[in-house]
Amino acid sequence: MTLWEVFVRPRRGLAHTHAGSLHAPDAEMALRHARDLFTRRQEGVSIWVVPAEQITASSPDEKDPFFAPADKPYRHPTFYEVPEGVPHL
Amino acid sequence: MIDPLAVGDDCLVLSQQLSGWITRAPTLEEEVALANLALDLLGQARMLLSRVGDEDELAYLRDPPQFRNCLLVEQPNGDFAATVLRHLLYTSFLYELYAANPDDEVAAKGVKEIAYHRDYAGLWTVRLGRGTEESHRRSAGALGALWPYTAELFVTEPGLLAPWRAHVGRVLAEAGLDPGEMPPADGTPGRDGRHTPHLTEILAEMQSLHREHPGVRW
Repeated sequence: MTLWEVFVRPRRGLAHTHAGSLHAPDAEMALRHARDLFTRRQEGVSIWVVPAEQITASSPDEKDPFFAPADKPYRHPTFYEVPEGVPHL
Repeated sequence: MIDPLAVGDDCLVLSQQLSGWITRAPTLEEEVALANLALDLLGQARMLLSRVGDEDELAYLRDPPQFRNCLLVEQPNGDFAATVLRHLLYTSFLYELYAANPDDEVAAKGVKEIAYHRDYAGLWTVRLGRGTEESHRRSAGALGALWPYTAELFVTEPGLLAPWRAHVGRVLAEAGLDPGEMPPADGTPGRDGRHTPHLTEILAEMQSLHREHPGVRW
């Protein structure tokens, strides 16, 4: 059976986040298993399932070229005032 | 009108049956799914039986002839196809019953849960029916064994037969399964307390702890 990665949107206005993975014979059954495994207690408003083999992941060997030169504080948007009423910016 | 004893017993017995898959389901995902379906039904059974009396006394201290569940839900789990087909046939009925009684609190709340049960069982029915030769053979066998028990449901609810038949017919057609004509109902044996020996086995397991240790608590 196919391995599926599950992404759940916890509330409107938030992005889907990875919740876990599961086995299912096809996408429709994967969605229903995801509902039972990850949103049984009303944790979500939307679910995505993606075949795990469709995900291209960076490898640990690429860690340095991908992530090392990130210590540049001016790249962080910390010099703005967050407007009121925008809780999820 | 929903007969709380009849439908409560349907839900209780079917819940107990589904729980029998725990540790035995084909996959871990399916086990969680079946356990969730069982929990939904147990919740509905508790609310319905509480209308009649003490839920624990009703569940644990009655003998088979005092149970009012239909014969369909007490048919054995069998293989996965039998469990899926039984669930499709029964929850498609329960869905119509709840949908027809929106003023009933349990029905109004339960109709969303049961819509999911019906959908879930329907998806699996199609997959098993159109899966392999083996899964089709097993599904057709399960359908043939269970189909005669569906007639009992509509003796007291004749108005639900047409919508039930339409939905179940669509799913079975998509699954490539043909149940044939429904045999005429032979009264309401389950509702009258005339059960198959399967119910005795189910209750023996469900009631053993309570009968051995009356009033025991976790």
